[in-house]
Amino acid sequence: MTRLLGYQVRNVLRSRWLAAYALFFLLVTDALLRFGGDDGKVLLGLGNVTLLVVPLVGLVFGTTALYEARPFTELLLAQPVGRGQLFAALYGGLALPTAAAYVLGAGLPFALHGVPSGHGASLLVLLGAGALLTGVFVALAFLVALRTDDRARGLGAAVGLWLALALLYDGGVLLLLAVFGDHALERPLLAAMLANPVDLARVLLLLRFDGAALLGYTGAVFARFFGGPGALVAAALLLAWVAVPAAFGARAFRRKDF
Amino acid sequence: MRAEPLVAALLLAAAGGAQAPATIVVSPDGAAPGAVRTLGTAVRRARAGDRVVVRAGTYREPTVVVDRPLTIVGEGRPTLDGEARRELLHVTASGVTVRGLRFANLGRSYSEDRAALRVTAAGGCVIADNDFDDTFYGVYLADVDGCRVEGNRFAGRASSEAASGNGIHLWSSRGVTVAGNRVAGHRDGIYLEFARDCRVERNASEGNLRYGLHFMYSDSSRYVGNVFRRNGAGVAVMYTRAVEVRGNRFEDGRGPAAYGLLLKEIGDPVVTGNVFARNTVGLMVDGATRLVAARNRFAANGWAVQLQANAQDARFLANDFAGNSFDVATNARDAAATFAGNYFDAYRGYDLDRDGRGDVPHRPVRLFALLAARHEPAVVLQRSFFVGLLDASERLLPTLTPDAVVDARPAMRPVAARAPSPAP
Repeated sequence: MTRLLGYQVRNVLRSRWLAAYALFFLLVTDALLRFGGDDGKVLLGLGNVTLLVVPLVGLVFGTTALYEARPFTELLLAQPVGRGQLFAALYGGLALPTAAAYVLGAGLPFALHGVPSGHGASLLVLLGAGALLTGVFVALAFLVALRTDDRARGLGAAVGLWLALALLYDGGVLLLLAVFGDHALERPLLAAMLANPVDLARVLLLLRFDGAALLGYTGAVFARFFGGPGALVAAALLLAWVAVPAAFGARAFRRKDF
Repeated sequence: MRAEPLVAALLLAAAGGAQAPATIVVSPDGAAPGAVRTLGTAVRRARAGDRVVVRAGTYREPTVVVDRPLTIVGEGRPTLDGEARRELLHVTASGVTVRGLRFANLGRSYSEDRAALRVTAAGGCVIADNDFDDTFYGVYLADVDGCRVEGNRFAGRASSEAASGNGIHLWSSRGVTVAGNRVAGHRDGIYLEFARDCRVERNASEGNLRYGLHFMYSDSSRYVGNVFRRNGAGVAVMYTRAVEVRGNRFEDGRGPAAYGLLLKEIGDPVVTGNVFARNTVGLMVDGATRLVAARNRFAANGWAVQLQANAQDARFLANDFAGNSFDVATNARDAAATFAGNYFDAYRGYDLDRDGRGDVPHRPVRLFALLAARHEPAVVLQRSFFVGLLDASERLLPTLTPDAVVDARPAMRPVAARAPSPAP
C-alpha cells in the first residue's frame, strides 16, 4: 500500500502540470502581494482565484490522471493487490501532491514577503480550504472517470460539473431568491450553501472577512449559525465532501469491470 | 459622641468670625479629631464654600442632599453604598464639587431612574475622578448649566435594557462638558436629551447594552476624540442641528440594528477624521441635511455607509473605504450624494496622467448591494463568482445602481490620514 502510494506520488510529481500549477499560484500570490497593497485584499484576491481554479484543476487533473493510469491499473489488478488499496493509492497519490502544490505555491510568497499582520489565521483558513477543495474535486473527478469510459465525455462531464458548482449554482440560488423573495428563505438558503463544496469554502472565507455584514441580517437562523458554530460546521461538511465522494469512488472502483 | 457639640460650637464660632472656608472630616469610626461619622451630618453642618473630606471606608446612610456649595473630596477612595435600594448624592445647589468617591451597589429599579449622583437645577458643578460600580444610573444631570463630568469610571452590570440605566445622563442642560470618562456595562453609556452647547471629549464608552452615545434634541454640541466600542447598537445622533463629530473611533458595533454612527433627522452635521471599523453598518445616514463627511476612514465594515434616499445634499470628501463588504448602499435608485476625491480599495480604474486621481469615475454602490438590500439573506452569496460577474457587468453598463452616487475622480491612494487640503 505505502509502496503503491509512494510510486503514484513520484509518478505525479514527475509531471510538468503539477509544477506549472504550483508556479501559477506562486506567481498569482506574489503579484497580489507586490501590487495588491492593502493586506486583507491580498487574501481576498487569492481566495477568489482559489475558489475558481482549485476545483477546475482538481477535476481536470483527476479525470485525466485516472484515464492515463488505466493500463497501469489493469496491470496491477492482475496482481494480488486489493482493489480498495489500489484506489486509495491512486486517489491519495494524486490528491496529496496536488493539494501540497497548492499550499506551497500559494503559501511560499507569504513566507518570503511575510504574512500580513493580523491575517495569519485567515491565511491558514484559506490554505486549508484550498487543500480540502482539492480533495473534494479529485474525488469527484475519479467518480466521473469511473462512470464514463470515454475520455472526451469524461472530461466534458468534469468541466460541466465545475461550471455547475462554481458558477451556475450560485446564479440559480440568486434567481430563486429573487423569485421567492417574499417567503422565509433563510433555512433553504443556508442548506443550499452547505450543499455545495465551493460555497462551503466560500462561507469559511466570508466568516473571516465579512462577519460584520453576515450579522447584519435580522434572521435568527443566520445569527445563530454565523454567530456560533458556522465555521466548524462548514469545515466538517467540507471534510464530509472529501470522504463521501471518495467512498463512492472506492465502491465504484471495486465493482467496475475493467 | 462627645466631641460633636464641641465641633459644632467651634464651627459656629468660625462662622461668626471671618467666614474662612472650614474643612470637615468624615470617617467611618469618627476617630479623627473633630470628625463626624456620616457624610449627611457633615453636609448639614457645613457652610457655603466649606470643604468636606471623606476618609476611606464604607458609608451606609440615607440619600445625602447637598443643598449648599461645597467641595466634597474622598481620601483613599471611600465607598458610598446604596444597599441596593436608594440614591446616594443629590446635588441641588450650584458650585458643588464631588471628587475621589466611589459610588456602589444601587440595585435595580423598574419604576424610578435611580441615580448614584443626581444634580438637579444647579450650575457650575464639577464631578471628577469618581468610581461608579454597579450603579443603576451613574451621573444624572437635569436642568443643569455649565457642569463638568470628568475622568470618572463607570462599571455597570446591565443585563437587560429594561433593567438598566445610563452611565452619564444629561437632560435639559446647557454647556456641560463630559470628558475623559470610561463608561461600560450600562444601557446607554452617555445619554443627552435637550442638552445644548455640550462637549463630549476623550471618553471611552464600551460594552454598553444599547448605545455608546445616544443624543437627541441636543443642538450645537461637539463630540471629539471619543472611543465607542462593542456597544449593542453603536452611537445614535437624532433630531439635532449643528453637530460636530470629529476624531472619534466607532468600532465593533455588530448586529442587525447596530451602527457605528446613526444620523437620524440631523441638520448640518460635520463628521470628520473619524475611524469606523468592523461595524455591521459604519455610518447610517437616515434623513440628514447637508451632511459633510470628510477624511474618515471606513475599514472592514459590513456596510461602510448606508445612505437613505431621504438624505439631502450629503457630501463625502476624501474618505478612505477599505476592506468593507459593501462600501456604499442605498435604498433607492434616486438616492443622491456628492462623492469627491475618496479612496476606494474596490476602484478598478487607472491614473494615466499620474495626478493621484483616477481617470474614470467610480460608482461605490455595487449592484449586489442593491440585491442584498432587497433580499437580505442574499448576503451569503457575497464574493461568489456569479455575483462578481453581475457587479462587473453593472460596472461596464450601469443600469440599476444610482446615477447620482458617483465619484468622478477618486483618489488612487488612501487620503484620509493626510494633512487636510482645502475641500473641493
